[in-house]
Amino acid sequence: MGLKDVLTPIVVGFATVLKTVTRRPVTIQYPEQHKPMSARFRGRHHLKRYDDGLERCIGCALCAAACPADAIYVEAGENTDEARYSPGERYAKTYEINMLRCIFCGYCEDACPTNAIVLEPIEFPTGYTRESMIYTKEMLLESPPINVPATPQRTPPGKYDRAILPFPPIDESQ
Amino acid sequence: MPVLLEATLKSVVLIFVLLTGFAYLTLMERKVLARLQARIGPNRAGPLGLLQPLADGLKLIFKESITPAGADKPIYFLAPVLVVVPALILFAVIPVGKGPAFQLASEINVGALYVVGVMGVAVYGITLAGWASNNKYAALGGLRASAQVISYELGMGLSIVAVVLMASSASLADIVEAQMPGNILGWFIFRQPVAAAIFAITAMAELARAPFDLVEAEQELTAGFMTEYSGMKFALFFMGEYVKMIAVSALFATFFLGGWSGPFVDQVPILSVVYFTIKVVACLLLMIWTRATLPRMRYDRLMSFGWKVLTPVALANVIVTAFLIALGVPGYQ
Repeated sequence: MGLKDVLTPIVVGFATVLKTVTRRPVTIQYPEQHKPMSARFRGRHHLKRYDDGLERCIGCALCAAACPADAIYVEAGENTDEARYSPGERYAKTYEINMLRCIFCGYCEDACPTNAIVLEPIEFPTGYTRESMIYTKEMLLESPPINVPATPQRTPPGKYDRAILPFPPIDESQ
Repeated sequence: MPVLLEATLKSVVLIFVLLTGFAYLTLMERKVLARLQARIGPNRAGPLGLLQPLADGLKLIFKESITPAGADKPIYFLAPVLVVVPALILFAVIPVGKGPAFQLASEINVGALYVVGVMGVAVYGITLAGWASNNKYAALGGLRASAQVISYELGMGLSIVAVVLMASSASLADIVEAQMPGNILGWFIFRQPVAAAIFAITAMAELARAPFDLVEAEQELTAGFMTEYSGMKFALFFMGEYVKMIAVSALFATFFLGGWSGPFVDQVPILSVVYFTIKVVACLLLMIWTRATLPRMRYDRLMSFGWKVLTPVALANVIVTAFLIALGVPGYQ
């Protein structure tokens, strides 16, 4: 091995490192900048509503049963026609997800009979205290569509006697 | 008495400049290293991260200072001081600018010898820190430091001998003067390229910086001799290391880059300080660039490189230089 074989890699290495200066830094300044996410990324949970503003969640706690990390706590309450939260008899009075326990497996999404809980590609759960990492129903529930009243609603008797409304036709374009 | 007062004032200013320089050298290193690795580097504390050294310093002051059980206490406390003080007093003989106003003791006739001696003392701090910590990693780091520094001091000393031969004086002020035959080619880096290369390599080994940072090789020795140090004692080691970086860069500038020389220094003496600073910063950038490029050497190769390559080459360089001077070859009288 001659002197040339020793020096060439060193010189090439120095040049390579110097060339890096002209490159744009790959750093993402996190709190201000975000990395672009896939549209199908499964981030934190959202509780969905029907188009008429009623909550999809019926408080059945199947998500809690399916959760391998035991992160979900659901307590059901009774719907009445004077104060209706969701179609059918019951709604989720309490709905809490401990984001420190959640492993984001999406089993809750699969278990849900009404497609009420959905993992969506926005917001990462972050916080300074353990208490703040328990997401309550108010934090998870999405706001109703524009010009639609929030829950509880006063509804005509007999209109919502089934817990699961017929699903809207599947949109093939999505 | 005025002499004493003058020396004191100069020392205070020098120490102030060096300690500020140390603080901002850490920031510069982190910033430059980041850019060399396609990162951004610290930019949160203050505008452009300029308050980062302050934040680091405050953090270190408020850290708990731990003395390990079984540590040899007097030596354990003395070691950081032994690292910082040589690094600071190294600057006494370096001519920072033109004229006595910018020089502390650079006219003493054993300047080069003083440099080699003081650099040698600094290794005691590291070795004793490793010894006194009562920790295996620290002891290994200290052992490596002493072996490494002794091996590379030879090459460094011999490269300085070549410079002293060229200037026919061991005073650093004279060495700078000897490099000023009117043009840039008078610099010893052009007249003594081998000595310059050996000095650069051995200096990095003396500083225990990458690729010679076996003394504190994180992967093998956690932090080497610094493992058991925390708080301000750790900060002192850090300070010693970085001040020594500045000092060695200043030495390289003095020995090989013409020191404070440059155009128009006769008309505007303050320009000489600017030129000197530019040269020192260039050397520092080179060191950071090296750290970003080269991986750490294996320990046995480090030793064999020092003994089997650098020392003989440096010795041969001294002999050749002596012959060239004796024969009166142009550029070597």
